Amino acid sequence: MQSPDFKHMLGRLLGPAKAEIGCDECFEQLDRYVDLQVAGQDADAALPGLRTHLHGCPACREDYESLRALVSAQP
Amino acid sequence: MTIASAASVERALRRPATAAALALDPVPAGLLDDESRAWLHDLRAQGPVRDAAVERLHALLLRAARFEVSRRRPGLPHLRGDEFGDIALEAADDALMSVLARLDDFRGASRFSTWVYKFALLEAAVKLRKRAWQGREIPLEQESWDLLSSAGLAPADAAEQSELLAALQDGIAALTPHQRRILIALAINGVPIDVLADRLNTNRGALYKTLHDARRNLRTYLTKRGLDPLVSFEENH
Repeated sequence: MQSPDFKHMLGRLLGPAKAEIGCDECFEQLDRYVDLQVAGQDADAALPGLRTHLHGCPACREDYESLRALVSAQP
Repeated sequence: MTIASAASVERALRRPATAAALALDPVPAGLLDDESRAWLHDLRAQGPVRDAAVERLHALLLRAARFEVSRRRPGLPHLRGDEFGDIALEAADDALMSVLARLDDFRGASRFSTWVYKFALLEAAVKLRKRAWQGREIPLEQESWDLLSSAGLAPADAAEQSELLAALQDGIAALTPHQRRILIALAINGVPIDVLADRLNTNRGALYKTLHDARRNLRTYLTKRGLDPLVSFEENH
C-alpha cells in the first residue's frame, strides 16, 4: 500500500501505460470525440488512444472537459 | 468585432492555402449537416453574406470564450473583472483568425459549431493559464521529495514506498537533462504544458513527446530494477 500523495505522484510521473495519441492529434479529433459522446456513441472505439491521452495530459483534459460542458449545454 | 481584429482576419484570409488544404477536396455536401453546410456556404460567399457570417461566427466564438473564462474565474482571484472580458475578446479574435484560416480543414467529422468552439476554448484556456503563471518562475528542478513522506503507513508499506521512491529518483536522474527538466516541471511541479512551451520557445506537441519518452524510460528503468510500474494514471483516478 502507498500513501495517496505518493500514488498521485506516481501516476503523474509514469503517465498512462496504454498507447496514446499526442496533443496535436488530440486537438484535431476532440470535436468529433465530444460530438460522438454527446450523441451516446462509442467515442473511444472510434478514436482509440484519445481517452488515454486525456489521462496523461492535464491541459488536453481541461480542454476536453470545457468542450464537453459547452456542447452539452447547447440546446 | 473590433477594428483590430477585423484587420487581423483579413490578413489571415490573404494567407496562402496550406498544403493540407490544397491536398484535400472540398467536403462532399452530403456529408455535412444542414447547419454546417450553411456556415460553410456563407463563410465562403462574398460581400454582405460573408460579412454577416463572420460577424455571427465571432459572436459564437465569443460566447465559447466567455464560457471558458467563467469556468476558470474562481481559480484566478487576482485578475480584475475587466481583464476577464478582455481575455475572452482576445481569445475570440484569435480563434476567428484560426477558424477562417483553416476553414478547408473542416471535414464534417463533427458539427461545425463544435469544431469552432474548440478553437475559442483553447485560445481562452491558453491565455488564462499564461496569466496565472505570469511573473512566476518556472521550476525545472525538484527541490524536495519531502511531500512524499511515508508518514502514517505501516512499516512494511513505508519500506516498500521508500524503495520505490529511491528507484524513481534514480530513474529520473538517469534521464537526459532535457527529459528530466520537462518531466519534473510538468509531472511534479504542475506547470501547464502550454506555459512551459511558451517559456522554452517550443510547442505543446513537442513537449508532450519529450514527456512521453521520459515516462517510457522511467517505466523501463523501474522494470529493470524488478519493480512493478504498472500503476498508472488511469488506475489512480
